[in-house]
Amino acid sequence: MQIPPEFRLLRPATIAEAIQAYLQNDDACYLAGGTDLIVNMRRGIEQPRALIELNAIPEMRGIKQVDGSLRIGASTTLVELIEDPHLVGAHAVLAKAASLVAGPVHREVATLGGNLCLDTRCIYYNQSEWWRCANDYCLKSRGEVCHVAPNTKQCFACYSGDIAPAALVLGAKVELKGPEGGRTIPLKDLYREDGANHLSLCRGEILTALIIPAAPNMRAGYEKVRVRGAMDFPLVGIAIALRRDGDRLRDLFIAVTGSNSRPLLIEGTTDLSGGSLDVAAADKLLSRQIKPVRSTSVSYLYRRKVASNVARRLALRLWEGDGDFG
Amino acid sequence: MKSILRLIVNGRLREDAVDETVFLIDYLRQQIGLSGTKQGCEGGECGACTVLVDGRPRLSCLTLAHSIAGRSVETIEGQVRPGGELSALQRAFHEKLGTQCGYCTPGMIMAAEGLLRRNPDPDDDSIRQALAGNICRCTGYVKIIEAVHAAAAMNGEKAT
Repeated sequence: MQIPPEFRLLRPATIAEAIQAYLQNDDACYLAGGTDLIVNMRRGIEQPRALIELNAIPEMRGIKQVDGSLRIGASTTLVELIEDPHLVGAHAVLAKAASLVAGPVHREVATLGGNLCLDTRCIYYNQSEWWRCANDYCLKSRGEVCHVAPNTKQCFACYSGDIAPAALVLGAKVELKGPEGGRTIPLKDLYREDGANHLSLCRGEILTALIIPAAPNMRAGYEKVRVRGAMDFPLVGIAIALRRDGDRLRDLFIAVTGSNSRPLLIEGTTDLSGGSLDVAAADKLLSRQIKPVRSTSVSYLYRRKVASNVARRLALRLWEGDGDFG
Repeated sequence: MKSILRLIVNGRLREDAVDETVFLIDYLRQQIGLSGTKQGCEGGECGACTVLVDGRPRLSCLTLAHSIAGRSVETIEGQVRPGGELSALQRAFHEKLGTQCGYCTPGMIMAAEGLLRRNPDPDDDSIRQALAGNICRCTGYVKIIEAVHAAAAMNGEKAT
């Protein structure tokens, strides 16, 4: 048995108490479902001295619908998300993405907020303490060199959450609360292209809810490719949302996970609206913007090709109305 | 730091002094001697440590014991009926050869028990879905799925 490091477990009942606890403890870390953080702690990657559990905070749970838009509490578990009757039409893409996260027992406790704030992953990082020590650690944790790209000073660990791309194509926002008060920002701005520091959260800030605007006449889908079909992080995951007016494409949004240090909302897709769906042009935009690197056991060239093919297939399926969520 | 943890374990209320850093699996196996629950990967990848918390499956190697304070935990030891009779799933795993080396079996049975409580007559697909996070390196899974079907049938007979 690996001995976990010494830490305190705090279970605040309100968001204000949680923030207070964060400020009062050195090396504190918020804990949601723990299906990723606790694995990392067991491997010695994360060694917080205080864990502040967010699951006992009632104001962070539940799904509300107002005028077609949704407000989903960050502590809502993935099973609750999958089974919720409010997620209909294009919003059902969130449930689809949640249903493809990890295994069934993880989804019982894993939360929406935890999945959105998922740490980035890398074959040189998600290893045992012994393995990482033998490799002189890495730029993301305790080391000097990124083994994926030794000539750079950037960490290329990869974002692998499944729900973020689905929420990005729906134009989601996130509610944040911290020591300085609350703010609501586009989900896109929660992330940045730095594997060692990929979240733009301020010190002590908590993601409290996800806001999804109404999505009338929209079709959306999410597809994921992984090594172990039953349970695995994505080699690549593609979310697409589109609106079709007869033979004209009105809107197109594409987001990719598993390719960069952040979930990537592909830029320039609005220029493709007006005519019929141009899959080749959409693929060109996607291929130019994704940057899979040698951060998984599977070749980055394969992931690049798979991203293209999955995106083409999903876009066509949605365009033809043969989707799960037409 | 130790504090008193109140839990219902296999139907009995317990109060134990438990350190904040203790995982549910270590509390069960080492502190109260219920070693039927198995530790496999320590990373949530194998499902061997699955127990039920308030009737829903849970990975005990990724659960801090104090996180589930006041709730009800069921382990493989709690499946035996009074008088020592095996539960339907235990009998079915035995009779249908759903177990070989037996290491994954407690986790398989608890995950399957969680399924049967929500869905008493599951089809193949539902069983595969519910057990997707449980790895068995011996049986090839076919016998396990047959065992869950058999247990569902036994439960059905009992109910009629």
